Amino acid sequence: MSEPRPTGYVGAALPRLEDERLLRGGGRYIDDLDLPGAVDAAFLRSTQAHARITSIDASRARELPGVVAVYTGADIAGRMDPLVNTEELRIPPGLEAELKPLVRVQPMPLLADDEVNYVGQPVAMVLAESRYLAEDALELIEVDYELLPAVLDPEEALTADAPRVLLDAEDNVGLRVRHGVGDVEAAFAAAEVVVSETFTSHRYVPSPIEPRGLAARVDPFDDQLTVWSNTQTPHRMRDHLAPALGRSPDTVRVISVDVGGGFGQKGILVVEEILIPFAATDLGRPVRWMEDRNENLVAGSHAREQVHHIDLAADADGRLLAVRDRIVANLGSRNMVGLVVPYNSLAHLCGPYVVPNVDIDVTGAITNTMFTSPYRGAGRPEAVFAMERAMERLAARMGIDPADLRERNLIRPEQMPYRTGMLDRRGLPQEFDSGDYPAMFERARVALDLPALRERQEALLAEGRHLGVGMAMCLEMTGLGPFEGATISVRTSGRIQVATGAPSQGQGHATTFAQIAADAIGVPIDVIDLVGGDTATIPYGVGTIASRALVTAGNAIHQAGGLLRRRILEAAATVFDTTADELGLVDGVIVRHATDAAMGLRELLLALALTPGGADSDGLVETSYFQPPNYATASSLHAVVVEVHTATGRVDLRDYVVVHEAGRLVNPTVAHGQVIGGTVQGIGGALLEHFQYDAAGQPATSTFMDYMLPTPEIVPDIRIEEISLPSPTNALGVKGLGEGGAIGPPAAIANAVEDALRPYGVVVRSCPLTPSAIRHLLRGAAIDQEEVTA
Amino acid sequence: MKPPPFDYVRPTTVREAVDLLSSTEREVKVLAGGQSLMPVLNMRMAHPEVLLDISRLPELSTIEYDDGALRVGAAVTQSRVATDPAVRAGWPVLAAAIENIGHPQLRNRGTVCGSLAHNDSAAELPAVAVLLDARLSVTNSTGTRTLSASDFFLGTFTTALEPEDLLLGVEFPRPLGRGWSFHEFAQRRGDFASAGVGVVMSRDGDRVADVAVVLFGVGGSPVRPTEAENDLRGGELTAGNAAAVATTAAAAIEPGDDIHATGVFRREIVAELLRIALLEAWERAA
Amino acid sequence: MSDPRNMSAAPQATAPPLSEPSAWHDISCVVNGHEVDAQVESRLLLSDFLRHRLALTGTHVGCEQGSCGACTVLIDRVPVRSCLMLAVQCDGRDVVTVEGLAAGDDLHPVQESFRAHHGLQCGFCTPGFLMTLAALADDAEPCDEERMLDEIGGHLCRCTGYLGIREAARCALGIAAGPDGCDHTGVRHE
Repeated sequence: MSEPRPTGYVGAALPRLEDERLLRGGGRYIDDLDLPGAVDAAFLRSTQAHARITSIDASRARELPGVVAVYTGADIAGRMDPLVNTEELRIPPGLEAELKPLVRVQPMPLLADDEVNYVGQPVAMVLAESRYLAEDALELIEVDYELLPAVLDPEEALTADAPRVLLDAEDNVGLRVRHGVGDVEAAFAAAEVVVSETFTSHRYVPSPIEPRGLAARVDPFDDQLTVWSNTQTPHRMRDHLAPALGRSPDTVRVISVDVGGGFGQKGILVVEEILIPFAATDLGRPVRWMEDRNENLVAGSHAREQVHHIDLAADADGRLLAVRDRIVANLGSRNMVGLVVPYNSLAHLCGPYVVPNVDIDVTGAITNTMFTSPYRGAGRPEAVFAMERAMERLAARMGIDPADLRERNLIRPEQMPYRTGMLDRRGLPQEFDSGDYPAMFERARVALDLPALRERQEALLAEGRHLGVGMAMCLEMTGLGPFEGATISVRTSGRIQVATGAPSQGQGHATTFAQIAADAIGVPIDVIDLVGGDTATIPYGVGTIASRALVTAGNAIHQAGGLLRRRILEAAATVFDTTADELGLVDGVIVRHATDAAMGLRELLLALALTPGGADSDGLVETSYFQPPNYATASSLHAVVVEVHTATGRVDLRDYVVVHEAGRLVNPTVAHGQVIGGTVQGIGGALLEHFQYDAAGQPATSTFMDYMLPTPEIVPDIRIEEISLPSPTNALGVKGLGEGGAIGPPAAIANAVEDALRPYGVVVRSCPLTPSAIRHLLRGAAIDQEEVTA
Repeated sequence: MKPPPFDYVRPTTVREAVDLLSSTEREVKVLAGGQSLMPVLNMRMAHPEVLLDISRLPELSTIEYDDGALRVGAAVTQSRVATDPAVRAGWPVLAAAIENIGHPQLRNRGTVCGSLAHNDSAAELPAVAVLLDARLSVTNSTGTRTLSASDFFLGTFTTALEPEDLLLGVEFPRPLGRGWSFHEFAQRRGDFASAGVGVVMSRDGDRVADVAVVLFGVGGSPVRPTEAENDLRGGELTAGNAAAVATTAAAAIEPGDDIHATGVFRREIVAELLRIALLEAWERAA
Repeated sequence: MSDPRNMSAAPQATAPPLSEPSAWHDISCVVNGHEVDAQVESRLLLSDFLRHRLALTGTHVGCEQGSCGACTVLIDRVPVRSCLMLAVQCDGRDVVTVEGLAAGDDLHPVQESFRAHHGLQCGFCTPGFLMTLAALADDAEPCDEERMLDEIGGHLCRCTGYLGIREAARCALGIAAGPDGCDHTGVRHE
């Protein structure tokens, strides 16, 4: 059998294949879909954080010309079950046996029937001939609310006399899990230094520029339900919709279209995604829904709100003896996605450090706010913020340089693969497969020229200017299982289709997956078409979340590609009446060595239909599923230099270095784009973004004027330093990196600001570090700033 | 979100516009650039029955100036004013203020008078109007009248305009001196200001001959701190007394808290911005 | 005065003139070089008119508040937010959308530079940036970094982190040669 890989696309910084289409305005996003005869949906949403619906009258709405139907909770109850995200709530047996987590199942009615638990909760659904008319109808629906007490703060929700968030729940606990290793009590008792701090990660909204949307249509002839969606997890959507609508999964097709950013917000199922196909079925007409920005900010899933009460115990040399963290996470109005985010926080808390004794206690509280779900980093940013801030405080307490302190505690490369002694989210022993954290620190030191930076810092301080440097080290266990698949087939045209269950939301799969396929099969990349996330093209899939797609789909494609190459050559051998090792695949053409004989894939496909005796190889299709044996652990070190203007509180990012390790890079341009994009989202959280409610639970940041995303002038020229350690967990050696960039910035920037304001004794406990927040810190700080700025 | 239903009309003369405004019982909203009104309509925070588009009325589309003043018609866009060479030369504080408004794409449609009629307390144009003692020309079916800036701006989102009124244009007198400065503080370029200041100044050797100061984004309409202005006139301006005057002026305002900034912060920022602005205007006045 | 509110209704008899208040009007404009005559509901946003009546879906809607910039188009060669304009206001105007940038097979230099500099990931915000930069590139006034940042400052991107966009913009506007030696047409040299 001839050997493949003449082309070597993997590793090349190819310009993206999908760009021309997108640049010409040829993207096909969900709202671009023209569905003749479709009605448009709009949702009436709760205006109260907690209330009983005492009456709802949609009669005037129903009478409005152009309105096709109005559904209320009463119309839906009894016909459709409430939403339970079974996949996310499932507890792996290993975790169940060892930790016995409490994970409450709190079904969410598709439309609120008698109780609303957060502002924005869907209360009624209008279907009309246009979105304009549907919104006219919303204004005609009358709802009477009987206000109930609401609680917004997660720690307050856990107190004994807190009002009930859900009237029929026994308390405001959504989940509880505790895990650790060793003996923290003894370690704290024996410690030379103990640092106890509280750090808070605030509430974010992922805010892709394209909000969520979907369209559903039941074909009048074959009764197939087709759902077009910008979901990140089409197979999960299919597997949920089919039983929910009483259908065989064979009759449900979910197609992920071009997606304008996901970041996790489009990766969980929400009630609207069940209601739209339900309405299409019930009305016998196609139905479309496009969320608008106001809905996305208020009622699209939120993220990240966690409080960490963290204690570090260290010996006289600053070596960590123990970490104890009591975490309270704000789940929002219901426990919708279980351990996904909180356990990520738990599993990533100790990061790259050797910590012999650990005790982490997580409580997920429910509150009368929008529910939270995974958002780029999914629990890791919160954990890193707590740990890296705590390390900084420890360094300050002990008078050790923060970078030195971190380096003393790093897991060393010779310790890889490293077992932490804890269980990972699968319930299996947590093991970091590869990493070289000391080398990353070295690269950061050099990239920043740390000694020179410290000198400059001193010199500037003498002029009354405040420069600071901060670092944050993050690990990311990527490539989550249980599997992803690829079906690769030669089509009638001779082109090769690669189908996988992992769609793209901007990560460039049409290029990177094609690079992998082209190498594995041994064909030019321009004959490859990628279909990501059409459930009709591959039976099973998981989706693009959790920095998994390149690892899982990528390796499935690699496997299937190799299989297809072999199948092509064996099939061709039948047709040529020879053996496979007499043949080769060169530039997409089958050639017979030492002859002029050649055949294109298209001709081969047809020839197979005509050639007798080829029963084994009549189709040129291969499917392969990849089950990752373990996570592939990527890592990043963020190092930032800031200048803080103490008179105004403004923070300028003067330099930003990301040292990044994500195994083998398939396409460095795409990879760097992901790191930069994630980093800037992190910067947004560090300096600008903050979703806020007022005291009554009313959203205060419901437009882009108030929920502030980073803008071009905020972003410095971020420099990327790269280290590559191919992962031993998969044949391609790749690791995931979609989320990594977003994990480190709040911690790194907070550390840098604290460093800059060291003369004032400021301690940063939360973000965003807005000018008003910085001035507040300075006013409250120990030293009178008048003495220093005079 | 989509706007509620309304009728649209585009009169061809000011006369027609005024007649429409006075003849109907229906609620009419004047549409110029739409950059303030359309977001409100898209959020369904207003339900006018008629939108009256004045953006193409030739009578309202002129920029004129002479030794006395600059006159900007109600349909003239912010971009057009900010890039006009005569404005940049003769009313630099106005051009600078406009360049702080939102983003170029918004300024390409938004009008100077539209911003004045809207009177968002964080907006730059009402502040410049107050700073320069602008005069606003308002008409309705009973006739045309001129209002001073202080009579026109009554409070956040509130002006002296009645439902039947049409703002025809604004007149900015020549600034009282060559010195000027305009600074606002916002977290991101183009955001509404947490606070802002404007200064115009004339200098006689090393004395301040005349000065006007405006503070905005501090709640309500823009403020002229007349005590601070009086303190400055006739005196010298140094780093030391600029800071002192700025602090005193800031102490006289009571900005409130909002989700982005506390009132305390706003006052601090005003003091800092004014300190910088006074010194800058002083330099430019030389 | 007619009151059919159905957006997909067949054209009615001639609507009242623009100088009379009406819920429907007839408009005539030029879009990407083509004459377009349509009857539109007065409240129909320009963004929806382009996307759903003319099937020019390259212009995207991200906020309907004027904040995100994804809906930016050129009206008489000037970049504006189509979500803050009514279709009826385009009567007599010249409209250019992203679909009107390329000349047949050849991409506009701004499009080329975005491709060369990885200036897009999901592509949703991209058309807005392209329209603003295309207008800037056409402007007789040479553009400096400061003005470029001011103009692109009116656009939000959530995917790229802006660095690729800034590089692409510099390249397309001839502001500074990129590390790979862009020429002023925005084409990256191998």
